[in-house]
Amino acid sequence: MHPAFSVIVFTVVSGAGFGLMAVYGLGLVLGLATLSAWPPIIAGVLAAVGLLSSMLHLGHPERAWRAFSQWRSSWLSREGVLSVATFGPLALLLACAWFGVEGLLPMAAGLVLAAMAVATVYATAMIYASLKPVPQWHDSWVVPVYLGNAFTSGALLWTVTARALLEPAAVVALLAAVLALLALLVKLAYWRSIANPTGTTTAETATGLGGIGKVRMLDPPHTSENYLLKEMGYRVARKHARKLRRVAVGLGYVAPLLLALLSAFLSPTPGLIVAGAALAANLLGLLVERWLFFAEAKHLVVLYYGRDLAA
Amino acid sequence: MTSLPKERGPKSLGLVIDLDRCVGCHACATACKEWNAGGIAGPLTDHEPYGADPTGVWFNRIHTFEAGDGGEGRTVHFPRSCLHCETPACVTVCPTGASYKRAEDGIVLVNEDLCIGCKLCSWACPYGAREFDDHEGVMKKCTLCVDRIYNENLPEEDRQPACVMACPAKARFFGDLSDPASEVSELVAARDGYDLMPELDYRPTNKYLPPRRCMSAAGQDEATGDEQPAGFLGWLDRMLSR
Repeated sequence: MHPAFSVIVFTVVSGAGFGLMAVYGLGLVLGLATLSAWPPIIAGVLAAVGLLSSMLHLGHPERAWRAFSQWRSSWLSREGVLSVATFGPLALLLACAWFGVEGLLPMAAGLVLAAMAVATVYATAMIYASLKPVPQWHDSWVVPVYLGNAFTSGALLWTVTARALLEPAAVVALLAAVLALLALLVKLAYWRSIANPTGTTTAETATGLGGIGKVRMLDPPHTSENYLLKEMGYRVARKHARKLRRVAVGLGYVAPLLLALLSAFLSPTPGLIVAGAALAANLLGLLVERWLFFAEAKHLVVLYYGRDLAA
Repeated sequence: MTSLPKERGPKSLGLVIDLDRCVGCHACATACKEWNAGGIAGPLTDHEPYGADPTGVWFNRIHTFEAGDGGEGRTVHFPRSCLHCETPACVTVCPTGASYKRAEDGIVLVNEDLCIGCKLCSWACPYGAREFDDHEGVMKKCTLCVDRIYNENLPEEDRQPACVMACPAKARFFGDLSDPASEVSELVAARDGYDLMPELDYRPTNKYLPPRRCMSAAGQDEATGDEQPAGFLGWLDRMLSR
C-alpha cells in the first residue's frame, strides 16, 4: 500500500498524544501522577496536529466534517468522533489543573480520558485491521501493535514532561521501558504472523479459472500504471525492508527501552536529556515502522496484475 | 447512509460476463469510458492521454490471463469492473455517507458531493473496482449505467449499460439476478456461473460464466487412450506415426 506521508505522521504523532492521555489519565487514577497542566496541553497539541495532518491527504479537506456522520458502520468515522470527543475530558482535566481542583473530579476526568484515548487508538487500528483485502493488515496483531506503540510513546512523553517539571520520574521511566519491551514483543509477533499468511485468496480464486489450472497474467489491461497499482501495488525491495525493520526495532523500541531505564537512575538534568533522546528515537523509529506497515502491505487487487502477495 | 439497506427491494441488477465468448477487444471498456466521461459520473479524468505515460480513470479494465498448461491450457480475456456486491465493504467503511447501496435495485453508487476523497473505500474493495480521480478529488466507480438503464429519453432497447450494448461478441448480459426466470439467472444456472473471490464473502451480484472445455483437449483424452485402433485405421495410424 502506498505510504502516504501525512497518514504516517498523523498516526505516529496523534498516537503519541492519545498514548500520553491514556497513560497519564490512568496514572492520575492510580496516584502515580501529579496533576499538572502540561501533560494535557502537550497531548492535546500532538493529537490536534496529527488530526490536521490527516486531512492533508484528502481530496476534499473542506468536507472533512462529514466524516463524523457514519459512526454506525465506519471505523474511520468512529475514529473521527472519538478523537474529537476525547478533547472533552482533556479540557476538563486541564481546567482542574489550571484552577487547582483536587480530589475526585480530576481522577474521574483522568479515567474517562484514558478510556476514550484507548478507544480512539483502537478505532485507528481497526480501520486497517477490518480490511479483508489487505492480508498484512487484516491481522489480529494490528490492534495490539497500535496500542503498544501509542502507550510507549505516551509513557516516554510523560517521562520527559515529568523530568522537565522536576517531578519524580523514576517510576514513569521504568513504566516506559516496560511498555517499550511489550510493544517490541507485540511488533515481533506481528511480523511473525504476516510471514505465515493464512489467506486462501489466489489468482485462481480471483479469476475463478483455477479449475483449468495455474493462472498467469498474459497482458495487463493498459500499457501504463494506474491508480490501483500506484495506490495498492506499492513495492519495496525485500533487502531494504529487512534493513528498515532493523532500524525500526533499534530506534523505535530497543533504544527507548535502554535509555528510559538509564534515565530512571539519573539526576534531573541528565535524566531529562536521556529521556528526551529516548522519545526522539522512539518517534523516529515509529515513523519507519509505520512506513513499513504501509509499504509491506499488499492489496489483493495485485493478483489481477500477475503479482504475488508476499510482504 | 453507509449502513447497508436493512430491507432489500425486489431487484438485484447486475452483469453476467461470459468468459467463453469474450475476445478481449476492449470495446466494453472504451464504450464505458465514452458514456461515463459525459454521464453522471463524468468527467473521468485522464492525464497525458496522448503522452508517453497516460493514466486515467476507468470503470472497466480488460485483463488477459493464461490458465493451465498444454492441451488444457487456455488464454482467457477477463473484463473486471464493479460487481455490485450484496455485502460491499466499500460502502460500510465510508465515513461520510457518500458511498451507498440502493435498496431498490442493489446498485452501489458514490454521491460525489459528499465524498472527501479519503480513498478508504478503494482499499476495502478486493476487486479494484474503485478508482480515485485526483483532478476531481473524489472516488469514482461503475454506476451500472444508472443514467442509461432508467433513462426514458433513450429508446427502450438502449436502456442497458454501455458495455453490454458495445460488446460485439455478446459476452455481456445485463439483468435482474434475483429473478430466477430472468435471462441472466438462467445463464448462471445453465453454465455454472460463479463469484470472484467467494471466500471473502462480499457476495458479488455480477457472475462470470467459465470458459467451456476445449474441443481439442476433450478429443485428445480419447486419442491418447491405451486402446490402439485395429485394421485399416490401425495401419494408417502406424504409418502416420512414423
